Amino acid sequence: MIVLSKEKFPIEKEQDVILFRNRIKELATRTGMSLVNQTKLMTAASELVRNMLRYAGGGVTLLEIVSRSSIPGVRLTFIDEGPGIKDVHQAMKDGFSTGKSLGLGLPGAKRLVNEFDIKSEPGKGTTVTIIRWKNGL
Amino acid sequence: MNKDTAAYLKGKKKQILETWMGNQVKDAALRDDLMSVAELQQQSEEFLSALLNAFNTPEAEDTESAGYEPIHDILSDISITRARQGFSPRETSTYILSLKQVLSQELEEQLRGNPALLYQELLSMNRIMDSLGMVTMETYIKGREEVILRQTSEISEISTPVIRVWEGILALPIIGTLDSARTQVVMEALLQEIVATSSRIAILDISGVPTVDSLVAQHLIKTVSAARLMGAECIISGIRAEIAQTIVHLGIDLTNIYTKATLASALKMAFSMLNIQVSRAPKQNLGF
Amino acid sequence: MGPFLLVTIQVDLYDRLALTLESDLINMVSKTEAKGVLIDISAVSIVDSFMGRILGNIASMSKIMDAATVVVGMQPAVAITLVELGLTLSGVHTALDVEQGMELLRNKIGHPDTHEEGLYDSII
Repeated sequence: MIVLSKEKFPIEKEQDVILFRNRIKELATRTGMSLVNQTKLMTAASELVRNMLRYAGGGVTLLEIVSRSSIPGVRLTFIDEGPGIKDVHQAMKDGFSTGKSLGLGLPGAKRLVNEFDIKSEPGKGTTVTIIRWKNGL
Repeated sequence: MNKDTAAYLKGKKKQILETWMGNQVKDAALRDDLMSVAELQQQSEEFLSALLNAFNTPEAEDTESAGYEPIHDILSDISITRARQGFSPRETSTYILSLKQVLSQELEEQLRGNPALLYQELLSMNRIMDSLGMVTMETYIKGREEVILRQTSEISEISTPVIRVWEGILALPIIGTLDSARTQVVMEALLQEIVATSSRIAILDISGVPTVDSLVAQHLIKTVSAARLMGAECIISGIRAEIAQTIVHLGIDLTNIYTKATLASALKMAFSMLNIQVSRAPKQNLGF
Repeated sequence: MGPFLLVTIQVDLYDRLALTLESDLINMVSKTEAKGVLIDISAVSIVDSFMGRILGNIASMSKIMDAATVVVGMQPAVAITLVELGLTLSGVHTALDVEQGMELLRNKIGHPDTHEEGLYDSII
C-alpha cells in the first residue's frame, strides 16, 4: 500500500465534525469515489468522531489517500487518549452501548467501510483505522 | 553488458531485425489476420532500436533503470494491444522470445573465440530478456483483465434497465445472478430513477434471476428498505415455484415485503395502491 | 384541526444543533397544536445513527402529542447508507417530496381539505 497524501485534523469540539466531514468528501472526490461510497465513508467517520468526542473529549484524526494495486482509497485514523474500551469484542456487537445511543456506532461504521481495525487499551486510549476503496463494495 | 558487445550488436541492427522478423513471420503463432507484416516490422524496429540503445548504457542489466523506460512503454503497448486484439499468450510472448534467440546467435558468432566472455554476455543478455519477457506477460494479463472488467461493467449496465410503466410506477426486470456488486448498481439505478420520476412504487421482477439464496434475498430486502426510507414502496414479482420453495426452506423472512407471482399481478397491486382503476372501454366500431 | 409544520433542514447538522431542532420542533408542535410534521431532508448529505435517532425521537414525541411525522426527500445515497448502518427508522413515515408528504398527512388525518400550513423556518 502506498500513501499518496497525508494530513492531520484535530477534533476538539462538535463544530469540527462538519469541517472534518467536508474534508473527507474532498479527498474521496479526488480518488473518484462514487457518491454512495463517499456517503458511507463520511457516515462511518461521523460515528467514530462522535465516539471520540463523547468518550475521550476529542482527539486527533489522520486523513490519507492511499493506493493498493493501483486502486485508490481513503484511509482515516482516529486516535484518542480517552478511557479506552474494556471489551472491544462486545463493543463491536450491534445494540451494545455504554451511553444512551442506539449502539450502532462501531458495528455500523464497520459495515460501511472495506477495512476496519480497532485497538484499545483501558486507561490509555483507542485507535480506530478505516479504509474505503474507490471500487470497494 | 560489455561496451564492445553492445556496440557490435548495434552495428548489426539491420541483420538482427531481418532475422528476427523472419523468425516471427515463420512462426505459426503469428496471425496475419490480426496484424499486418508492415505494422509488425515498424513496431519491431522501434523496439529493437530502443533495446540496443539501452544495452549501451552503464545500467544495461537493470531493467528498472531509466534507459529501459521507453522499452517498457513499447512492450506494454504491444502486449496490451495484443491482449485486446485477442492474441494468445504464446503469440504474445513469442515476440520477445524470438528476439532472444536471434541475439544469442549473434553473440555466439561474434564471441566464438572467447568462451568466457561469451558465457558472461549470454548470461547477461538472458537476464535482460527474461525480465522483459515477464513484463510482457504481466501487461498482457493486465490487458485481458481490463477487457473482462469492461465487459462486466457493460453487462451490468445493459442488464439493469429501469422502465417507467405508468405515472408513478417503475419496473426493474432483473436478469442474471444478483451478486453484491450488481445489487449496488441495480439499487443505485433504481433509487435514482425513483427520485427523478417521483415514482411511489417500484416493481422488481426477478423472473430472470436463476436462483435466490439468502444472500440474494438479503440484497433484495436492502433495496426495498432503502426505497422505503425515501418514501417509495417496492413489489417483488416473478417469484417462480422453485424460488418460493427455496425461500421457505432457507427460512428467509419476506413477510414485510410485497411479493407477487407475476409482473401483471404486481402491476395490478400497484394500481390499487395508487387508487388507479383500469377498465375495459365500451365496444367501439373502429372500422377494422 | 391544527396546521402542518414544515421544517427544511438546509445544512448538515452537528449533534447539538440537531438536539436544538428536536426541542424547538416539539415545542412548536405543542404551541400550534399541529397534526402533522414534515421534515424535508433533501439537502442533507449524511444521516448517521445520531441524526437517525433524532428523527425517530421527533416522530415518537409528536405521536404522543397526536401529530404524525413524515420525513421527505431522503437522497438515495443517504438511504443506502442508513440501511447498511442498520437503521430503518421504523415509526417514521417517509415520502419522496413535500407534495407527496402533504398528501400522506392529509390521508392519515382524514381531512383531505385541510391545507393550512404553519411554516417553521429553520434558522440554521
